[in-house]
Amino acid sequence: MVRTDVQLMLDVKAGDEASFELLLQRYRTPLVNFLYRMVRNREQAEDLAQEVFLRVYRAREDYVPSAKFTTWLFRIATNLALNSVRDTRYQKLELSIDAPVTIDAEEGDEKPLDIPEKHPNIEQHLVEDARKKMIRHAIEKLPEKQRAAVLLHKYEELDYAEIAKILKCSESALKSLLFRAYESLRVELAPLVARAGGRA
Amino acid sequence: MSCEKMENRILGYVDGRLKENERQEVEKHLAVCGPCRLRVEEFRAVSGLLDELPVIEPSPEFDVRVRALVAAEPVKESWWSWLRVSPRVAFAASALLVASLWFGYQRPQNPPFPWSNPVEADAQMMQDLPVLEDHDLLSNFEPLKELPQAVQADEETESQQQM
Repeated sequence: MVRTDVQLMLDVKAGDEASFELLLQRYRTPLVNFLYRMVRNREQAEDLAQEVFLRVYRAREDYVPSAKFTTWLFRIATNLALNSVRDTRYQKLELSIDAPVTIDAEEGDEKPLDIPEKHPNIEQHLVEDARKKMIRHAIEKLPEKQRAAVLLHKYEELDYAEIAKILKCSESALKSLLFRAYESLRVELAPLVARAGGRA
Repeated sequence: MSCEKMENRILGYVDGRLKENERQEVEKHLAVCGPCRLRVEEFRAVSGLLDELPVIEPSPEFDVRVRALVAAEPVKESWWSWLRVSPRVAFAASALLVASLWFGYQRPQNPPFPWSNPVEADAQMMQDLPVLEDHDLLSNFEPLKELPQAVQADEETESQQQM
């Protein structure tokens, strides 16, 4: 029988290290993806995800299953991500004042194009790549709280009550936040949205 | 239902998260509202676009680093672990106790100084009291001050003569 997250966490609290390993395997990919989409830097996302797991482990003694485990986990992750985004923005501002202008510094984190052999059509691959980049940029341009709401709603599939707890707002405020976020995405991705509408 | 009320429900409708009665209300509105119908289609398209982003896998070192961090965490002790005294502290406390007891038994019967016994010290002071009382009188006695200071010098000359 598969143990629930809460059962695993209570076992960790009781000193069972193997249960922590199971939680790590269960949430490593969703956490790293969520943080990657928040901070847009893979290395930083992994560092933050490690910090999340460490904090969960440190808090094991005081763990009380008062809320869903995912609410707690993503609350830690969201707080760390929001702090990191704010710090990075501040550092970028300092750098932009001091450093000489560089071309497309924003894309510094992007890896060079890696064209898999299975793609027969390079042009098609480039188009797809540009499309994904556009979607990523549209998400990145959202205000931090809206971005976190969209990621938790869309990719982690958390319910409204959980996301509202994570972002410390009411459910009604969250729905309004998500609506505004989707409105911004609709405008930002208008060319792709129109094409998708044409396809449908 | 108004278009404004749709704002709170449109995304839930797109994702299929609405309750049955809410869904029916939304569909009733969509049947008569073209702009909201268009918005639903656009939100569906946005949601589909977000699905296109690939999922990344954490690097192989990720798990290793997490395990190392967890292994490096100090073991937390229980609330009353402070009661378990370390061997060094226990040894020091025992040594102090033995030393105190030993000094207690080895205390000398006769105090080395007279003033260590308060009764004797008081008796001695009573004996010296007349001298102490005369001290002020003698030190301020004018005729004594006028006497020559040669008493000591005379003694010195006498001793030199004897030699």
